[in-house]
Amino acid sequence: MKIITFVKRVPSTTTRVLIKDGNALDPTGVEFILNPYDEFAIEEAIQQKDKSGDGHILVMSFGSADSQKELRTALAMGADEALLLQNPDAPNADGATTARTLTAAVKAREFDLLLFGKQSVDKEQHGVGPAVATALGIPCITEVTKLDITDGTVRAEREVEGGREIIEAPLPCAITCQKGLNQPRFASLKGIMAAKRKTLDIVDTDMGTPLVEVLKMEMPPERPAGRILGEGVAAVPALITALREEAKVL
Amino acid sequence: MAYQELDYFRFSELLNEEELMVRDQVRAFVDEKMMPGIAEHWEKGTFPTEIIPQMGKLGLLGVTIPEECGGAGMSSTIYGLVCQEIERCDSGIRSFVSVQTSLVMYPIFSYGSEEQKKYWLPKLSSGEAIGCFGLTEPDFGSNPGGMRTKCHQEGDEWVISGQKMWITNGTVADVSLVWARDNEGKIQGFLVEKGCEGFTAPEQMHKWSLRCSVTSELVLENVRVPEANRLPKVRGLKSALGCLTQARYGIAWGAVGAAQACFDEVLHYVKEREIFDKPLAAFQMTQDKLAWMATEITKAQLLAWRLGRMKDEGTMHSHQVSMAKRNNVKVALDIARECRTILGANGITLEYQTGRHVCNLETVLTYEGTHEIHALVIGEAVTGIPAYRS
Repeated sequence: MKIITFVKRVPSTTTRVLIKDGNALDPTGVEFILNPYDEFAIEEAIQQKDKSGDGHILVMSFGSADSQKELRTALAMGADEALLLQNPDAPNADGATTARTLTAAVKAREFDLLLFGKQSVDKEQHGVGPAVATALGIPCITEVTKLDITDGTVRAEREVEGGREIIEAPLPCAITCQKGLNQPRFASLKGIMAAKRKTLDIVDTDMGTPLVEVLKMEMPPERPAGRILGEGVAAVPALITALREEAKVL
Repeated sequence: MAYQELDYFRFSELLNEEELMVRDQVRAFVDEKMMPGIAEHWEKGTFPTEIIPQMGKLGLLGVTIPEECGGAGMSSTIYGLVCQEIERCDSGIRSFVSVQTSLVMYPIFSYGSEEQKKYWLPKLSSGEAIGCFGLTEPDFGSNPGGMRTKCHQEGDEWVISGQKMWITNGTVADVSLVWARDNEGKIQGFLVEKGCEGFTAPEQMHKWSLRCSVTSELVLENVRVPEANRLPKVRGLKSALGCLTQARYGIAWGAVGAAQACFDEVLHYVKEREIFDKPLAAFQMTQDKLAWMATEITKAQLLAWRLGRMKDEGTMHSHQVSMAKRNNVKVALDIARECRTILGANGITLEYQTGRHVCNLETVLTYEGTHEIHALVIGEAVTGIPAYRS
């Protein structure tokens, strides 16, 4: 089974974010990590490869030169080969531009299965996986929590409002991975050493004209200070009024 | 609350890709697998044995030992980062890793025979076997050269008698590296296996520090081991002290982790905790404490980093390790104590990790060379005059 999995370098979720030039993230002093949902995709790729008994995992990223660290982490977990579509402006690219760039690279390769994280935790657009699948004309199942592949048929489970949905599709197929699909492994120190000996190709990549422009980015407004309406039972009517009329949550 | 390292001087930019990858993986492993149960283990006085095979699988035992011998074959800087992340959880767990790696695997690798390496190193790196290092005696801590444990040869065997004390992992060890003086006065190292006749390792109980770590006495009454269990390349006490340099190196890094853990906990706390109608963080006295702590952590990080780079280049001297161990452990302890004052009464409970670090670091201050002995090592290095004896 030939699997391509996709990763993105994102700011750590605990990092303190600052804005630069009014429309971009200031990367100075920010810790970057492998997008947590992409870890489910890598883990699933490794498990599916192991189950099929034979296969190859290419891990691909559209990113700046720094993204080599995240690709190496994927190699250390167990991917076979990595490809960085390098562009210094990639971190600011919108989902559609990223999808367009990835699609061109995927088209040039043979594959049975594409595995994406369901979203990146920086821009939260959820769009890259489905957009690549659409451009390639292959089925896409999103936010998958269980995946079985038998005789060229994919059977996937996804959580929907109040229940589960079970979907079948033929290979080749794209999957976006949701938490719960698996338990991503830690990269061992030996795996990290082995990753140094695996191929990581870097290809300078033109991203074309971005389809979306970020006009402005701002920090969330400061939360107003809390207000004490009174104490004990006597305060309840005032609280209900405030919740109903000011907060409009009742 | 997710851990956020203080990185005031953009320390991360001094680390290469491989170093960052290892640090991040170990950091995640520590958060997920070690942190949840650590306070309970500490309270009960038990070692979390379930994490030993997990640490082995990840490659945290024997970081610098070459891959062909079962280690990870990585740099000393990486070993330092591993110690830092593990001690962020608990000094007792880091002590386990230090002993296994620096005091058992390192001497077997450096002074052992091919057979000893082939037999023990893979087992020790996977965590299948646990090791301990028996040098300190009841009356000989800072001056190990005075040791009373004796050995002599009878045919193909060596007979060892004596007593060791304060031995990390002793009771649970499958193999004890025991140091003893032969009839010619030379110090020899032996691999004593668990269950040897005449060998017992009772646990030292009632500790209020390093409660997650097993500390033991080793009692040897005419223990017989074959010549094949003697480390053939040992060259006297110098070889034993060489192991300690390795372990102290890891402690210099580990202490940074303990200090970071306390600082991180307190930084969250002062922003949340309100007193006199404003957060504790808004008081000048609190900020003065935080500023001092942040500065000391930053200095300690840089000291450890430079030490690691020198070690990897092969230019590090043991007196430089003394400075880093001495400074970093002392500031970690002082930071932990200062954090405890900020936490107020909360700081004496195990709900918060700071109190546990305070207690643990009291041990780290005086083991692996006391704070005072390391001052004498530095004193000798700068004056050329050894002041160990009056």
